[in-house]
Amino acid sequence: MATTYFTSDHEWLRVEGGVATVGITDYAQEQLGDLVFVELPETGKKLTKGDTAVVVESVKAASDVYAPVDGEITEANGTLSSDPSLVNSAATGAGWLWKMKLADESQLAGLMDEAAYKAHIG
Amino acid sequence: MTGDDTRHLPLEDIHVAAGARFGAFAGWSMPLTYPAGVMKEHLHTREQAGLFDISHMKLFEVSGPEAVALLNRACPLDAGALQISQSKLSFFLNEAGGILDDLIVTRLGDSRFMVVANAGNAVADEKHLRALAADFDARVEPLDRVFLAIQGPEAWAALSRAGIETGSLLFMHGVEPRKNWFMSRSGYTGEDGFEIGLSEADARDLVAKLLGDERVLWIGLAARDSLRLEAGLCLHGQDITPETDPASAALMWAIPKDIRASGAFIGADALRAAVERGPAQKRVGLKPEGRRPVRGGAALFDADGNPAGQVTSGGFGPSAGHPVAMGYVSTPLAKPGTRVFADVRGMKIPVDISSLPFTPHRYRKG
Repeated sequence: MATTYFTSDHEWLRVEGGVATVGITDYAQEQLGDLVFVELPETGKKLTKGDTAVVVESVKAASDVYAPVDGEITEANGTLSSDPSLVNSAATGAGWLWKMKLADESQLAGLMDEAAYKAHIG
Repeated sequence: MTGDDTRHLPLEDIHVAAGARFGAFAGWSMPLTYPAGVMKEHLHTREQAGLFDISHMKLFEVSGPEAVALLNRACPLDAGALQISQSKLSFFLNEAGGILDDLIVTRLGDSRFMVVANAGNAVADEKHLRALAADFDARVEPLDRVFLAIQGPEAWAALSRAGIETGSLLFMHGVEPRKNWFMSRSGYTGEDGFEIGLSEADARDLVAKLLGDERVLWIGLAARDSLRLEAGLCLHGQDITPETDPASAALMWAIPKDIRASGAFIGADALRAAVERGPAQKRVGLKPEGRRPVRGGAALFDADGNPAGQVTSGGFGPSAGHPVAMGYVSTPLAKPGTRVFADVRGMKIPVDISSLPFTPHRYRKG
């Protein structure tokens, strides 16, 4: 059974079997506006919480998306290379950014559930 | 500038009601996007008509027996050669020939002109022009106006339906169709269109009529920026600054030949010297390879890795369908087709020097 967590940087993580699928929230994609390019990470890259994992580029600006926890990239969403607008149209579904194998599952305790995130964005 | 000094558009309530997302620009709180989003807003302007609130820009009326002489001193311009209703792009230059601001000057009468200045420079421009006016029998009057732009192939038809006939008005001409109105056929998108300065009350009435037309959509500053970048038009403070002169900015076309040779405008000597030397760098269009945008501030390198210049504006061109940018490169590299490389987060992205504009201008010239 997958559990979904949220960060104050407007990312979501769906965790199942020690692997997290990570994306940005609908609120975040709305703030960024139409995306035109997503710089994806390489598989096998090891990230520490707070490292830049992905750069999303809108018409106007580039924004970093940070690793919400420590871990190793197992897959990047290659579909976004040809259709970055999937992040706008399906931020919490087909517009996922990367999957990572968690280094320390206890870090998840510091994240928010959906109710807390909704309160966070007001 | 602190938040307390932020200036607000007179029609802000209308933008709030339209669902605008606001951001700071040149000291103003400006609508950046509306619910349609930058991509749709951009394309809609090219396909139909976009309505922009550009009241952050400033209109000055310059009048008096020596108005022509004042403008000829302030700008590399032959103000007396302008036909009545003719507009011209010009500049305020500093003594070194650097661009303090770019402006549109329109002749309204024998000794009456309208000057439209950029938001970020409006205060400095007024001070500059007033100081110069002390030596002339001329008046400089900042006007309190709402300033709207309507741009796109359907702009004239939407204005017509709103009761404003634009008929014989051609690109880069301006008139006063009603009391305290100034309307020019110009804009900053590369499309046919109009800029209209008018009172707040008249503006509210006109906006209501225009928005009742299904061809007209509010367009925010984000799309205004992508439209002007595709059209190859400069943003002062980014693409042209007090450190760049019209020769390096590839804007000498705006300065009449005899004025280049013998004009007595501020910065004339320095500009003549710069033209004689030849600029070390030139402003060019830049087309990044692939889909990754290259942004203003990115450094450019030649094929051997030597510094070659810098990007001054960059983003994605929704109509072009690829990233677009402009910037400065060393003059020998400033030829369309030359390949340079932009540093983006440590990666070297191939970028080709490109002619401007990226999307063809569609002005109504006659």
